[in-house]
Amino acid sequence: MPTASPAPRLIGAGGLRALFEALVADGYHVIGPAVQDGAIMLRELASAAELPFGWGVRLEPGGYRLRRRDDDAAFGHAAGPQSWKRFLHPPREKLWSATRTANGFEVTEDAGEPPRYAFLGVRPCDLRAIEIQDQVLGQPGSRYAHRRAAAFVIAVNCTEPGETCFCTSMGTGPGAGESGYDLALTELADDRAHRFVIDVGSERGAAVLGRIPSEPAPAAIMRRARSAVEGAADRMGRQMDAGGLRELMAGSHGAARWDDVAARCLTCGNCTMACPTCFCTAVEDTTDLTGEHAERWERWDSCFDLDFSYLHGGSVRSSAKGRYRQWLTHKLGTWHDQFGTSGCVGCGRCIVWCPVGIDLTEEVKALRAEEES
Amino acid sequence: MSITGSTGATSMRPACYVVAGRKEETYDTVTLMLRPAAAPIETPRPGQFTMLYAFGVGEIPVSVSGIGQDLVQTIRAVGAVSRALCAAAPGDMIGVRGPFGTDWGVDGAAGRDVLVVAGGIGLAPLRPVLLAALARRGGRVVLLAGARSPADLVFTRELETWRSRGADVRVTVDHADVGWDGRVGLVTGLIKDAIADPGRTTAFVCGPEIMMRLSAQALADYGVPAWDIRVSLERNMRCGVALCGHCQLGPLLVCRDGPCVSYAEAAPLLAIKEL
Repeated sequence: MPTASPAPRLIGAGGLRALFEALVADGYHVIGPAVQDGAIMLRELASAAELPFGWGVRLEPGGYRLRRRDDDAAFGHAAGPQSWKRFLHPPREKLWSATRTANGFEVTEDAGEPPRYAFLGVRPCDLRAIEIQDQVLGQPGSRYAHRRAAAFVIAVNCTEPGETCFCTSMGTGPGAGESGYDLALTELADDRAHRFVIDVGSERGAAVLGRIPSEPAPAAIMRRARSAVEGAADRMGRQMDAGGLRELMAGSHGAARWDDVAARCLTCGNCTMACPTCFCTAVEDTTDLTGEHAERWERWDSCFDLDFSYLHGGSVRSSAKGRYRQWLTHKLGTWHDQFGTSGCVGCGRCIVWCPVGIDLTEEVKALRAEEES
Repeated sequence: MSITGSTGATSMRPACYVVAGRKEETYDTVTLMLRPAAAPIETPRPGQFTMLYAFGVGEIPVSVSGIGQDLVQTIRAVGAVSRALCAAAPGDMIGVRGPFGTDWGVDGAAGRDVLVVAGGIGLAPLRPVLLAALARRGGRVVLLAGARSPADLVFTRELETWRSRGADVRVTVDHADVGWDGRVGLVTGLIKDAIADPGRTTAFVCGPEIMMRLSAQALADYGVPAWDIRVSLERNMRCGVALCGHCQLGPLLVCRDGPCVSYAEAAPLLAIKEL
């Protein structure tokens, strides 16, 4: 409700620490970006000091490098190898366990309290990705829905798009818009000061903000903050013509380009693991050595796995061509049929983390050219 | 935290059923009569499937072959889970989730000629269609049942019962053996003669994908409108509730949008290799 939203506030770098502590005091596990293993990873943070102050990234197809920034920005980096789905839709999760009884067996569903996460630093592309997964996985009563409802979301408007970013093409950024978050930060890090403008997106957000020192955001600062976000829209490293993508995908099954990309694709599935919307899972049924206890686990799966489409006697999609085509046509095409939106938010992760640098914006361009020729 | 119960749409937890009866259909196919040990699943509609769980082994989708006091499911032993399920003895417990997916739309065929075309164990999900059509006594009821060999024919003991109740039952095998004096050839070869009035016919087709495609195309060629040809699609169904992504066929999530769809919807999808 933009009209009901309180006016934006301003905090300094110290305010970020106060915000962090307020969230911890409320019992949240604060998840945010931190430098780890040569990348900016998402993990539970012990303090706001763990945020990647002064770190940026250099991105290219099949390439990711950290770089030092000229300023001290905490959120001056584009998407990393992970996304928030790791927390809302965990890579491995036990669904239930069962024990043999005299009459058969008994199934017990693990019904613990969902973890209460506060996500600190959700970029607009990832905010929309969470909403897309809500469409797929958010059935009332589901584990996902419980975790999601408990999560406190602090978005960060993007002022620093990467070389592989194209959120403006997909309509997901660089601004977080007016909904989908509890609080939204815009970071201003320059010679004068390191400050954050905070927009309020929910009552819960207003309550947390009310407990930390802040001041009204002056008009001049607001203008700078808004123009920094608007300016980001002009610095996207990639573009994708999203018009008619669904129809293009539906009509391109016979395209020669699929053979071309299949010759490069290793079918490793990295793109599906890095993608913030890819949701597919497999189920594993296991027993212990006594045979008395069984468990069912859910784990992330990938449509690039040969077993993914297994049907008595063989896989439906045995070729790399079939599997890459499934991934792209689902992401950009049939996702609309199934869930009413595109499955792509333009974060560029699949381009960066593809070991052979396959760039979906290039593939779409080639498919379009082939269709028009 | 309350997670939806065993019959809830999002639950991955099976309901416990006890094997009340077991019938060997063929050398590799068994029909189980299942009774709930506690809360039952919702009553399935003809064409829907369940996920059957063998303790500690795993879970597979199985179409419902009978709906009544017992939940009736017919299973062919082709993998670890199906072998374990086929080996289940009366008194054994198995897990059941479901029912899932779309049904055949049997009621939509009321008053029309019902033409059932089955390949092998594809007859299992069609058995409730036949029973419903015979109980209704509307138009003609024709069953065309094909199998690879006489030993692969399922529900052989019931074929006579269905005949005596008025069904026109025609059986064919791909490969005859000694002692077989019936028809030999593909089930598609029986379709032309089985249609009395294509405009009054609703066809239900289930079997291997190639058989369904050829049968449905033959039905269409002989004038049955594509919307009145129903097929039962098969993909790798794992969760049953459109969450796991395995059963995609183009725009369809077969566990939710299928398995039963019209040929009008299925034809373009089945025409694309590796879709």
